[in-house]
Amino acid sequence: MKLAFHLAYKNLMGAGLRTWLNAGVLSFAFIVIIFYNGLIDGWNQQAKVDGINWEWGYGHLVNDNYDEFDSFSIEDGHGQLEQSKQKNLTPILIRQGNIYPNGRLMSIRIKGIDPNQTTVYIPSQILKQSDAQYPVIIGQRMAESAKVAIGDQVLMRWRDKNGTYDAATITIAGIFETTVPFVDGGQIWISIDKLREMTLLQDHTTYFVANEQYSHSETSGWEFKTQKYLMREQTALINAKKVGGSILYGVLMLLGLLAIFDTQVLSIFRRQKEIGTYIAMGMTRWQVVRMFTAEGGMYSVFATILGAIYGIPILWYLSVKGISFGTIGAEAGIIMAEKMYPIYGIGLILFTILIVILSATIVSFLPARKIARMNPVEALKGKIS
Amino acid sequence: MQDKIIVTENLVKRYPVGDGQFTALSDINLTFEKGEFSGVIGPSGSGKTTLLNIIGSLDSPTEGVVNVMGHNISTLTHKEAAQLRNMHIGFIFQVYNLLPVYTVFENVEFALILQKRNATERKKEVMQALEWVGLENMANKKPSKLSGGEGQRVAIARAMVKRPQLVLADEPTANLDAKNAHSILQTMKKLNQELNTTFLFSTHDQKVMEYLNRLITLEDGKVASDILKVGNGSPTEEKNAQIKTAQ
Repeated sequence: MKLAFHLAYKNLMGAGLRTWLNAGVLSFAFIVIIFYNGLIDGWNQQAKVDGINWEWGYGHLVNDNYDEFDSFSIEDGHGQLEQSKQKNLTPILIRQGNIYPNGRLMSIRIKGIDPNQTTVYIPSQILKQSDAQYPVIIGQRMAESAKVAIGDQVLMRWRDKNGTYDAATITIAGIFETTVPFVDGGQIWISIDKLREMTLLQDHTTYFVANEQYSHSETSGWEFKTQKYLMREQTALINAKKVGGSILYGVLMLLGLLAIFDTQVLSIFRRQKEIGTYIAMGMTRWQVVRMFTAEGGMYSVFATILGAIYGIPILWYLSVKGISFGTIGAEAGIIMAEKMYPIYGIGLILFTILIVILSATIVSFLPARKIARMNPVEALKGKIS
Repeated sequence: MQDKIIVTENLVKRYPVGDGQFTALSDINLTFEKGEFSGVIGPSGSGKTTLLNIIGSLDSPTEGVVNVMGHNISTLTHKEAAQLRNMHIGFIFQVYNLLPVYTVFENVEFALILQKRNATERKKEVMQALEWVGLENMANKKPSKLSGGEGQRVAIARAMVKRPQLVLADEPTANLDAKNAHSILQTMKKLNQELNTTFLFSTHDQKVMEYLNRLITLEDGKVASDILKVGNGSPTEEKNAQIKTAQ
């Protein structure tokens, strides 16, 4: 095998530009695979961290009557949980309401949160620093869609637990920026005590956000949804993106491998006399097959080296500076930072190298098998068609 | 008497042509002894190259027995045949068949790499082989930079470097001018005498015939004559040649 690689190396180096063109095409596919997977992994990591920090915490203890996908369940989806079981939990109460910014009607979710909580990144402390009667905080996207700024006052209407409408003027005490659309669009955050007071739902909670220390025990009327469960949609979305991406780099790989396959077929045809000479000099046919297969496989090694030369600086630059995607994530309702930073794990790089080497070796072996059936006399004459 | 290195008995080779068969060699009975400097001559299509290919274990007989250095060619596996060529047979081709991406040194060294000889030994042997053919100063050149004569000398060095018992040379001078042809033949003759290597040529070049000790003429796949010359086979001694009819 050492001989096969030695000869393959000599032959490839001797082939000059053709070798580097093939390696170049393959290295491009190789870099794109690493970049795309790195981008998805970076997104996955960012989405996970941001989702945990802003919304999911370490799980949600949700009232049995509340279904996050059913707006009608907000009305009755709340309950009381004895104080002793609220250790390491941050209560959130959700109610529906309307605001009238600049005379427009906007349906919103009013979310009550403890101003002293530190479980999620919602800057609820602003709520207790404000002197306004009804201070609220909102996300950047909500502020843009409602066209309001800090200090603005807006009329808000809601219903209490008996269904009686009430209204008050709320004051925008703070606007926060987040990549997590679930805590931003169409929502206002208010002190939970104030919301309970406004809706006559004393001590009621829709769901609790658990912190790292929380240890769950069965609680009647409440269901604990784990962090993994809460992440499932984002994970599924990222996995779908990975599958979608694999089509892209599958096509690129195919182009690279096709170039190798083509070169190998042509090479075997063009180098018949050489093959015949190898056999005449005492190589077995399978030794020649191995040599040609090694030649094809070595394209991938050269592609790795070439890819490393131009790919490492590019990939490193992108991972440090990030890639701007604007607000498309927020518009699509998914957790996606405006700037994403690809993460290239060693596993990803090694796996990609392995895939490229394996694929290149297989596509090289396919045409090389023909050598095993070659008549050396015909090969020496160059008469095999 | 010297050892018998090649023995063919009732050798027949047929090739399928369309629905029928073409007989390339018919009833060939020949014996070659160690150290011979012989040639198979005859017009194109007479079966010269086919005979050399069968003796070189690149092809197999349709009928009969071909025994090369004690090995029955018909019964050898691909691997055994490769081993026989690797260890005992050197080939010289009409168009040299040098490997274009290797240097002169590497082309010659290749035969020893196949024998798994160590680097120090390889270097010594390769330089000696290049010395035999007068190309020791061209070791680092690529075949594309060599003249026809130089290319064929490299091919001779490559065939001889492993000191094979048998060298099969298929039209080795066909692409060379007269001066280079004589020079090449003198080199081969010298190696034949110094190393006692058996040379078997396929040729229709008069210049080659002048050097041969034995001339086997093939016509339509059959041995028409087998002439043994006495003396060293150089043109100047041809006048002393005795003619012996072998078949």
